[in-house]
Amino acid sequence: MNTPAIPTPAAFSAPAGEAIVARNIEKFFGEGEARTRALKDVSFSGHFGEMLYIVGPSGSGKTTLLSVVSGILRPNGGTVQVKGQSIWNMQADALCEFRLHTIGFVFQDYHLFPRLTTVENVAIPLILQRRPWDEALAEAMRYLKVVDLEERAHLPPVKLSGGEQQRVAIARAIVSQPDILIFDEPTASLDGDTGKSIVSFVRNEVLNEQRCIVIVTHDSRIYEYAHRILRMEDGQLKGTQDGESILGD
Amino acid sequence: MRALRTNGCTQAKKQLMQSNAPRHHADTLCPDSRRSRAPGAAHFLSTSPYPMPFTGLNGQIRLAYKLLVNDRAKFAALLLGITFAVFLIVMMMSMFAGVLQRSSATVINVGAKIWVMDPAVNTPANAIPMPDFVLDAARSIAGVRYAVPLFSGTGLVKLKDGNYQAASIVGLDDSSLFGRPTLLQGRIEDIYAENGFIVIKDADFEKLDNPTIGAEFEINDHRAVIVGIGKVTISGLFGVPTLYTTYNRAIQYLPTARFTTAFVLIEPKSATDIPHIKEEIKRLGYIALTDQEFIENTSRFYEFHTGLGMNILIMTVISFIVGLSISGQTFYTFIIENLERFGALKAIGAKGSELVAMILFQSTFTALTGYGLGIGLCAGLIALAKARLPDYAAVITFSSLGIALVMVLVIVAISSYIGVRRVLRIEPFDIFRS
Repeated sequence: MNTPAIPTPAAFSAPAGEAIVARNIEKFFGEGEARTRALKDVSFSGHFGEMLYIVGPSGSGKTTLLSVVSGILRPNGGTVQVKGQSIWNMQADALCEFRLHTIGFVFQDYHLFPRLTTVENVAIPLILQRRPWDEALAEAMRYLKVVDLEERAHLPPVKLSGGEQQRVAIARAIVSQPDILIFDEPTASLDGDTGKSIVSFVRNEVLNEQRCIVIVTHDSRIYEYAHRILRMEDGQLKGTQDGESILGD
Repeated sequence: MRALRTNGCTQAKKQLMQSNAPRHHADTLCPDSRRSRAPGAAHFLSTSPYPMPFTGLNGQIRLAYKLLVNDRAKFAALLLGITFAVFLIVMMMSMFAGVLQRSSATVINVGAKIWVMDPAVNTPANAIPMPDFVLDAARSIAGVRYAVPLFSGTGLVKLKDGNYQAASIVGLDDSSLFGRPTLLQGRIEDIYAENGFIVIKDADFEKLDNPTIGAEFEINDHRAVIVGIGKVTISGLFGVPTLYTTYNRAIQYLPTARFTTAFVLIEPKSATDIPHIKEEIKRLGYIALTDQEFIENTSRFYEFHTGLGMNILIMTVISFIVGLSISGQTFYTFIIENLERFGALKAIGAKGSELVAMILFQSTFTALTGYGLGIGLCAGLIALAKARLPDYAAVITFSSLGIALVMVLVIVAISSYIGVRRVLRIEPFDIFRS
């Protein structure tokens, strides 16, 4: 694979403990003849300190799987444990609380609020956690500093470039210091260099021993940053590859 | 660029570590520092370009406030819709209330507790004269402290310049002068002087060429002299000046039918006597109404027998529909534009009830702000109109404010319901799929 300078991987590389355990996940969409089986008996686990990719062609079920394991799409069968808790046995409000405190999301289109400032966007998870407004913004400001955007704190997101918006979305996802980070196509709207720099940043600065990052992507240019890659096809897991073997490829 | 960003981030972490901030602030990405608090580190808030009026409120409400008001075009459109609707609703009802109030001006100004009249009388302006025995019979009813006649009619005043001006003439009981106005100039006993009249200084006063005491003119070819200038609580509805004189002079000056008593005014000994008095008057073939009943009858007549009430009702309903359309449509658009972001909030962990609270706050805040603006606009316009047009009949009543508030709340409820339905229906999974 023709790769530009590869950033130094995180100091830790050995996965430590299971952050996500999905067993025999089944998911159907539609009714009657239109009923389709989106996930077929999918099992996998994600570990703390691991950057786990889910890859595969469009329609293979990777986003559905991501939704199921992150607690926003109820499966028709199987179990999902996040940090040892069976999330689909939780009541709806408890699951919301769990997501709020345990899982951070970076959406493909970022979904930043254009009418809020950058720092206010970052503070949203803390505000939802009922932290006082000023305190939430102070905390958000620190995370903007980490993603090197403190000077843009009071601009609306629409004034930022795509890469900057992505970093704002990352800051928003990590501001509540979640154990699990979910990225949906993080490089889809970015050029190659920017995409790589973002993923490199995530690997070097965001990943740590007590966090698991799950990334759904099509972008083979960023495979090199993965500890492990799950390949999906037709709603099934078709194989697992570790990051070093990818680099070897 | 990649190196720059990575270095920048690392530098930020180093700076945090070198600063006096607690250790966990520097190591911000470590879960060990989870939910750490940041003592006194909100200095940048003062540089925020956005106003923050809800500093004491829950952060989610403040978030909802900012999402609403920072979308200035939508917020302005929402406010415009509500303000316009409230303005129209209150204005229509205020004008109607003003008309109704003035239509009962004689009842309010004279101040009698019980009014005896022909059953066919709808308003104080269309009195049907009654024979004198009604007065005598009324005086003989148990529970009546006293009863006096009142003349109410219209005369034609010939001014010094030869022009004619219609005027409302009120003839007061000669012995008691019950229902007399408060005098601004002159003495009340001068009403007994030859050709004596008291003119009311109201919006129509100038139509008699601003008469002073001693001014003379003709009423139905009789000489009349102004002996006093008085004031009353409310001006009449029909835009004509009002003159007070004695009952006997009034029936002498004005052409009358066989009977002359427009109303018999009764003062009961106590409120408990009123039903008995009414019953006894009914036996005579007439009706006795309390002042409030007479005012209500008058209002009912204008509301349901003149077309005025229906027109006002139609205008009020149209105002409501216009307000609902503008506000509902704009609020719906606002929700739709933010729908994916609400979905993102749901994915992040916002509960449905929290999103509902945010939407309800947004709609209620808009409604109450628009309500206040609408009332203010209405009050300002009425004040301006009254300054320019003394005859302008509009009064903002508590009931019109209440009705407008209810209508605004209905607008809010409908708009919110539509928005809430959409927000509750969106699945966070849709955000991923989008």
